[in-house]
Amino acid sequence: MKAAWITTALLALHSLSAARDWTQPTLAERAAEAAGRSPWESAFWIGLGLAGTLAAMTLLGLSLVYAERKIAARFQCRLGPTRVGWRGTLQTLADTFKLISKADLVPRDADRLLFFTAPWLVVSGMLLALVNIPASPLLFVVDLNIGLLFISAVGALSVLGILLGGWASNNKWSLLGSMRAGAQIISYELSLTLSLLVIVLFTGSLSLGEIVQSQQEGWWLWRGHLPAMVAFLVFVIASTAELNRTPFDLAEGESELTAGFHTEYSGLRFALFYLAEFLNMFIAAGLAATLFLGGWMPLHIAGLQTFNRVMDFIPPLVWFGLKTGGLIFVFMWLRWTFPRLRIDQLLKLEWRFLLPLSMVNLLVAALVLLLGVYGKGGPA
Amino acid sequence: MNYLIVFLELLLSMALVVGALAFSRLLAPRPAVQTESRPYECGAELVGNARVRFHAGYYLVALLFLVFDVEAAFLYPWAMAQAQVGLVGLIEIVVFISILLLALVYAWKKRVLEWL
Repeated sequence: MKAAWITTALLALHSLSAARDWTQPTLAERAAEAAGRSPWESAFWIGLGLAGTLAAMTLLGLSLVYAERKIAARFQCRLGPTRVGWRGTLQTLADTFKLISKADLVPRDADRLLFFTAPWLVVSGMLLALVNIPASPLLFVVDLNIGLLFISAVGALSVLGILLGGWASNNKWSLLGSMRAGAQIISYELSLTLSLLVIVLFTGSLSLGEIVQSQQEGWWLWRGHLPAMVAFLVFVIASTAELNRTPFDLAEGESELTAGFHTEYSGLRFALFYLAEFLNMFIAAGLAATLFLGGWMPLHIAGLQTFNRVMDFIPPLVWFGLKTGGLIFVFMWLRWTFPRLRIDQLLKLEWRFLLPLSMVNLLVAALVLLLGVYGKGGPA
Repeated sequence: MNYLIVFLELLLSMALVVGALAFSRLLAPRPAVQTESRPYECGAELVGNARVRFHAGYYLVALLFLVFDVEAAFLYPWAMAQAQVGLVGLIEIVVFISILLLALVYAWKKRVLEWL
């Protein structure tokens, strides 16, 4: 038990240090390894994993909402929150307390069971995906061998939550919003899956740990040539749609549907929907960073030894944070730049353009793999 | 051990939701006025119930989705094994995908995608 504490402290130090050991066991593996020796140590690792996910969820939720508000404000030549805490950093926390003290309303004639289940489905889909995201060799809770498949499977839970929540509210806005969300999310899920498959094709593995390991010599974005680049673009567009973010935010459409599927949700239940929305953005960005941008792997350019050395000194967690943060910024940028599409335009974009494109792209990727031309050229 | 953690995570999410509910029940004020429990539709008098019929287009989209999602499920094992199955596997998958693309073209020509 004492050893476990010391290891944790060392791990925390190590994650900040520049030591480059890519083959650390995940927390789940540590727990499994310790199970024979001492059940307490095993329980400790499991507890650390759960507490870590919970802490990550809270911190990311608070900071992403703050970031969104600040960035939105900058795009619109405003200041954003400035009063609560240093430069408004505690604004989200204050808002959370406000939401806690709000009346918890359930509309008349609502389907109460479904109304209560909906936030749970959304939150559980988010948490189960979050636990799989590899943030650094040491901040990696579970590495399922079917990780990618698992994430897309639990990702579907949130569609269910949105559909049920909208229908159960017995509100016309909610119903319209959830129907739109359902049609939109399931449609874009197809091209999302097909663009993930490009990377599965190159690595021959669904485990996120192995996918990151496979990018030691170079990120798939470069090494995968054209198919990987197309897949990356499709992934970013499709996940914007999956997240119900502008230009695809028809599900909420605040100027026409009040708040879409969560119009009737108030207080903490609304907060849970909101939290899940922001964390799903983190998950999508983290997944894109893991699959296409090398996860925690540093940027290397073949032939520039000194440059590569310097890059190696940046800790993996920082690399992951930079890549994910950059992608999150792109999502926010898109949101505050583009106007909203109409539902028929949205579905046309997917079914007539993105879906055929990503299918053909997958075949081109298979051809690239077969000819063995991947893995050469570009920044390695 | 992996799935144990995943399962515990599922329980954790349930605890989170139940905890949030209990927390707000303790702290939040209860609505006293009857009108507060009506669905919010911009404050106007409600017209009927929200269990109404909606656009059939959503149904068509769901049907199309089903076809292509099953396709995606079939593609997972293929993508894992492509490095081993080589050219034969590629040709087979080209045939498979083109049949589905043909189905998409058919739906397109039948104007399913035009949101009737």
